[in-house]
Amino acid sequence: MSAVEATAGITVVTVNRESCCGAGQCVLAAPAVFTQSEEDGLVVLLDPDPPAGLRDAVRRAQSHCPTRSITVR
Amino acid sequence: MDPGSSSGPASSSGSGLFEVPIRRACPFDPPPGLAGLRAAEPITRRVMPLDGTELWLVTSHDLVRRMLADPRWSSTVDGGLSPEQPLHMTQPEPGMFLSMDAPEHGRYRRMLTAHFTVQRMNRLRPRIEQIVAERLDAMERLPHPVDLVAEFALPVPSLVICELLGMPYEDRAEFQEAARTGVDMTASPEQSDAAMARLGAHLAKLIAAKREEPDDALIGELIREGALTDGELVHISILLLLAGHETTANMLGLGTLLLLHHPDQLALVREGAPGAADELLRYLSIVDLVMFRGAKEDLTLGGREIRAGEFGLASLSAANRDPALCEDPDRLDVTRPKTAHVALGFGPHQCLGQNLARLELEIALQALLRRFPGLRAAVPLDEVPVRENAAIHGLHSLPVTW
Repeated sequence: MSAVEATAGITVVTVNRESCCGAGQCVLAAPAVFTQSEEDGLVVLLDPDPPAGLRDAVRRAQSHCPTRSITVR
Repeated sequence: MDPGSSSGPASSSGSGLFEVPIRRACPFDPPPGLAGLRAAEPITRRVMPLDGTELWLVTSHDLVRRMLADPRWSSTVDGGLSPEQPLHMTQPEPGMFLSMDAPEHGRYRRMLTAHFTVQRMNRLRPRIEQIVAERLDAMERLPHPVDLVAEFALPVPSLVICELLGMPYEDRAEFQEAARTGVDMTASPEQSDAAMARLGAHLAKLIAAKREEPDDALIGELIREGALTDGELVHISILLLLAGHETTANMLGLGTLLLLHHPDQLALVREGAPGAADELLRYLSIVDLVMFRGAKEDLTLGGREIRAGEFGLASLSAANRDPALCEDPDRLDVTRPKTAHVALGFGPHQCLGQNLARLELEIALQALLRRFPGLRAAVPLDEVPVRENAAIHGLHSLPVTW
């Protein structure tokens, strides 16, 4: 799995670019945390350790992702 | 009592199964009977009244999402809308990735995702605003009443998708007619095939010309990237053209009618409620009865044992009115925080053009309501002609004045 991960902080976000289908739901939910690559349209994680204030937005991104390519711990 | 018994008689196929409720009593709401099924038996054996196929009807938000995200449910299915062409597993044409599974589906999808990102769609905003403004200018010059479908709801997405793909808008009659036939449940398989063949032949000519001189639009870019055959390009073009025509156009027409029924919500959309597009998509669920899947292997869903080779139908409209999805799901509320609705599908096939659709709906509805603050239907609202036999819900026409 091609995953990007960080372990600092309270919320740890991981994305799976293998399963991502480029729907962009995560960008709509949490644009400070997720974007889409200009090259392939797939998810790019901007902030694997987002501030607590973005936790709900990140959870929403996770729940709206059609391919369940986002994990939050 | 069977929870779906009010929705229609038992099938005539001799199976003794009740039918899938497919007729909307109100153009804005799921067919009656689905809410009861969702509560009592969210996955249940039913027969499709159109083609007589027995299948698993899935109606809850949770099970619909599970089904559409599960690779064991194959998308390589076709038919289901007429007795001449019952639901069946199919070998899709090269490029027809809507009906493909991994890994073939992913190969095509990934050639296209970069063209439909949120950022890239946002860069189209000024151009879409211009197209919308020009259509509103043209509407203003027409004698009343004006058919909003013919003059606005269809031309706006038609112009946008033709320009995005690099297809001449002068050919729109061909694209629009093929798209209409493609979703017309009264069209015979021969009629649908003939319409698609005509469109395919026409696109093949356009693509051949682009091979000589590729432009900067999407099809030209795909040609330059060099990974696709002409046959694949034709089918990808058909998919994108049809998806770009029938969906947003019907959302604009039916969405406007819905807002005319809800003046308080209409005022909020005019003021720019940011979540309006997604709430209208959720509430109307205009793509509903075509989300067929076929089980590739034995599996379990919602406690039911599904056998390999059996078919399933995900009711997006029922899932989108599931009380488990949001509070008061039968109330239209454009100020609602964005829900995890499934109007655009779920799983790896979720609508590729969804962020184009959101942008078009937001820009077009707001501009329409600002330009014509007194917009109203020119016929009683319950006399507006609704498309009864289309796989995608919408209106034949919407006569308006202001």
